[in-house]
Amino acid sequence: MIDAQQLTKRYGEKTAVDGLDFAVKPGTVTGFLGPNGAGKSTTMRMIVGLDAPTSGSVTVNGSRYARHQAPLQEVGALLEAKSIHPGRSAYSHLLALALTHGIPRRRVDEVVEMAGLGSVAKKRAGAFSLGMGQRLGIAAALLGDPQTVMLDEPVNGLDPEGVLWIRNLLKALADDGRTVFVSSHLMSEMALVADHLIIVGRGRLLADTTVGDLVREAGGDTVQVATQEPARLREALAAPGVEITGRAGSEELQVTGVSAREIGLKAAEHGIALFELTARTVSLEEAFMNLTRDAVEYHGSAAVETLETVGRTA
Amino acid sequence: MSTLTATVETSPAAPARPAYRVTGRRVLASEWAKLWSLRSTWITLGLGLLFLVAFGLIAANHYTSGIGSPHRDRDFATATAVSLSLFGTNFAQLALGVLGVLVTAGEYSTGMIRSTLAAVPRRLPVLWSKAAVFGLVALVVGTIGAFVAFGFGSGIVSGTPAAMGMTHPGVVRSLLGAGLYLGLVGVIGTALGALLRSVAGGISVLVASLMLVPGLISLLPSSWQENIGPYLPSNAGESMFALTHDSTTLAPGAGLLVFLSWTVLALAGAAYRLVRRDV
Repeated sequence: MIDAQQLTKRYGEKTAVDGLDFAVKPGTVTGFLGPNGAGKSTTMRMIVGLDAPTSGSVTVNGSRYARHQAPLQEVGALLEAKSIHPGRSAYSHLLALALTHGIPRRRVDEVVEMAGLGSVAKKRAGAFSLGMGQRLGIAAALLGDPQTVMLDEPVNGLDPEGVLWIRNLLKALADDGRTVFVSSHLMSEMALVADHLIIVGRGRLLADTTVGDLVREAGGDTVQVATQEPARLREALAAPGVEITGRAGSEELQVTGVSAREIGLKAAEHGIALFELTARTVSLEEAFMNLTRDAVEYHGSAAVETLETVGRTA
Repeated sequence: MSTLTATVETSPAAPARPAYRVTGRRVLASEWAKLWSLRSTWITLGLGLLFLVAFGLIAANHYTSGIGSPHRDRDFATATAVSLSLFGTNFAQLALGVLGVLVTAGEYSTGMIRSTLAAVPRRLPVLWSKAAVFGLVALVVGTIGAFVAFGFGSGIVSGTPAAMGMTHPGVVRSLLGAGLYLGLVGVIGTALGALLRSVAGGISVLVASLMLVPGLISLLPSSWQENIGPYLPSNAGESMFALTHDSTTLAPGAGLLVFLSWTVLALAGAAYRLVRRDV
């Protein structure tokens, strides 16, 4: 359980995190999404006390991280991948962390195996590939058998097998009743693992929602239809719950509330010729882009144009 | 400090989960393990010991071979077996001080500090443990080196005016003083590393304060020199292990006190920055 209240971090003039309020609950995977520079990493660093909030507070399982007797048992965190000394072996690194808490060597061996580092545990961590370093970071996060697991961009640099491993791990941890908090700037990755989403842009909370709700709010399932007789088709499809939009004089209509199949059947029934009939599920990626683009537009700066173009092409 | 009292508590509320707990003793154990799990520790400590013994031998040899020659170094006029044997202290302090800087600043340059402080978010136990562990190691290495250097050095200069045995008054005090000095240089190194969070910065300030400042002070008016000079870290430290003292140097006890004060000052600065600043 992570609980942020009016969490704010300023660096001089720049506000990296701006009054964030959110709660991350146990038993589900919560995705923490936002474009690069949205304040995700800063927020995570504040959760484990590496950065002190300018104002507001964040607690873990009821109290501030530093107040816990065994912090590694409360939160296991993977922050930036290279939070290691490259000259130390993976095993020595984990053992040094374990010693601070009185965690037995047996547990170190366990997480080494769990992360698939058995064959390289005695090698210098500096020689590790990005993916191996990421696995070592995750092994360190799991060392204290923590109630809350917090991972910053965990799939960065992992090969497909590693990505799959992370997905399964996150789900297993959540099924175990743990709080799982994962950041990413990739909506597509989050869509596969997260149940709940906390979306931030420019340090502000944009949405605290579920994956399903986000898609629904972003426009749900739309069917794109092109026909020679848009007016007749509108009449034929008109029904409660069905919404039809389209520019006057255009052959294209956007229909929601009725499936592509039904539209096709209706059109045939009325003898209306169709040129196009495409089901367009709004992807999470688009929903995410819309959300963050709005946030950026609202602030009105040079970044708007570039983000808009990205939003349109997506 | 409550975290320094080591007690293991088993929480009855959660029997299923093992009750881990951060204690001062465990942080010490962790820092001990960290120190020895790096190859650079072994290399640098070996170098420090080598410098201490080898330069002592070289100085003693140089003294012995120069006897009777008309162009004798004036520095050697008052040389003793102790001063010759401890000639290497200047070089050993570099190795041990630099390793001290690496112990703390090395964590910042590599990113290890994030793992360290996430495990011990109260932070200060980490600094105390690093200073204690490395200070002790530097003390032991320095003391062993001083006695070994004297053992060889006094053998080489036996039969010369500088000859001196272990039982000579003040010799054991000087050798222990040299070990203690090197131990405290190690602590100052760790403090500077934590204060500046940069290996290069830490080493620069260390070298400047121990080796450059004494040279610069000679540019000041002589009345200033006399008042300030003895209290500089390097001069105060030197009087801890010098066998003879005059009006321009502090007594060994006073030297120790002044050098300890510098150490405490550096540690206090490091502690302040560690607690107050984001990582």
